[in-house]
Amino acid sequence: MVELSHETRPIIGRGPPLGATFLALAITSIALMVADQRYDQLERVRGWLSAAVYPVQVAVDLPFRIWGRLTESFADRSRLRSENLELTARLRLANLQLQRFAALEDENRRLRDMRENSAGVAERVLVASILNVDLDPFRHRVLVDKGAAHGVFKGQAVLDAEGIFGQVTQVHARTAEVILISDAEHAIPVQSNRSGLRSIAVGTGDSDRLSLPFVTVESDLKAGDLLISTGMGGVFPSGYPIAEVTRVERDAAATFAVVDARPTARLDRDREVLLVWFDPPPTDSPAPVSTEPATADEATEPAAASTAAPPATGPAQ
Amino acid sequence: MRASSLTRRLLYWASVAAGLVLAIVPLPDWLGPFRPDLALLAVLYWILTSPRIAGLGYAWLAGLFLDVLRGMTLGQHALAFVLVAFLAHRVQLRMRMFPILHQAGAVMVLLAVYHFVLFWTDGLTGHGYTGWDRWLPVLSGALLWPLIAAGGDTLARRAR
Repeated sequence: MVELSHETRPIIGRGPPLGATFLALAITSIALMVADQRYDQLERVRGWLSAAVYPVQVAVDLPFRIWGRLTESFADRSRLRSENLELTARLRLANLQLQRFAALEDENRRLRDMRENSAGVAERVLVASILNVDLDPFRHRVLVDKGAAHGVFKGQAVLDAEGIFGQVTQVHARTAEVILISDAEHAIPVQSNRSGLRSIAVGTGDSDRLSLPFVTVESDLKAGDLLISTGMGGVFPSGYPIAEVTRVERDAAATFAVVDARPTARLDRDREVLLVWFDPPPTDSPAPVSTEPATADEATEPAAASTAAPPATGPAQ
Repeated sequence: MRASSLTRRLLYWASVAAGLVLAIVPLPDWLGPFRPDLALLAVLYWILTSPRIAGLGYAWLAGLFLDVLRGMTLGQHALAFVLVAFLAHRVQLRMRMFPILHQAGAVMVLLAVYHFVLFWTDGLTGHGYTGWDRWLPVLSGALLWPLIAAGGDTLARRAR
């Protein structure tokens, strides 16, 4: 039972009438929503308000961070040792692959230089850690601890060690909001590594599943195919893994096949992600090819085109 | 009288701030959808007990801060908060005479209104999530109301 207090509403002199206050505040709220949603007018206001709530977000994150530190510093010797051994093994393997990769990258750069086409390879990365803050159980968004002060910008690509993670949707002074590729509102252009088929992967709201709604039944895609980023749209760097196809269901009567894929990035387990800066690929990529036959000699041109050009333009449609 | 009203004001804001913090504390996945709207429940409690101090502006600001904290469209929670606060103000004289279970039922109706406004504005801004589990906080909030009322009464008695 709620207790009565002596500060009940007085019958006389109660200030502005309740209905008027309500109307004014409701209209203000709606105006705010329209301004925020349709016109992006509120970047600065949002900036101030975010600065005001930043301490709260840090305070919520702090106990989890301290707990992480504690468990780390009291981890027992044998576990650290086994972890160390495993990491050394993985590093050896990675170094081996890197040697081959370095040679390939050189070759690739030479070929691309020939075509005057930059690849959109990641140039600079910044490690950001995800704050332990729940934004909304029904949206796949996270808050990272780097913001405008660190040069983060809206639309920046976010990766983790295994693949593409998401992109920045809102930048505050010291934090930024990242939408995951599994969010139901997110779509990303993909390309099959095996067949070169291009399509679009849409988030489903389930962190283990992306869906490819626009793959025709007769297209060349099968379970186990790796989907990589194309670099189209200029948001994501090209050539990074996104997902692995898990299911392709073809119904001869339908136009599109039902295709599911599992993201390679560890969307629900990661604590650390990479913010990426890269040179976006030129938007007019076919242009150099059309001018090339006039300047380059006949022998090198087909070779360069077959290696460096996006191999998908043929089979995609 | 003046001083006690000041400590009360502090108490209002501290309880809402606690509710806001609890709104973004990470919960285990299975518990996440049940997260009650503690900030709104705190606002409701103060509106029912002392409506002269806990006005509509207080509810609106609390909602606005929730918008910023959760990165939603600005004004979305603010609108829902102010509507619920308005309804609570209209019925507060009757509502605080209710026995506690009856009161929890009324709170459930108010929470349903709150979540309907959020659902509706979510749809308008294109973020619609239509799963049934988005209505779970209505239930958990109503179940929690007796505890909130008891805790609030204790707090208010201490502050006096």
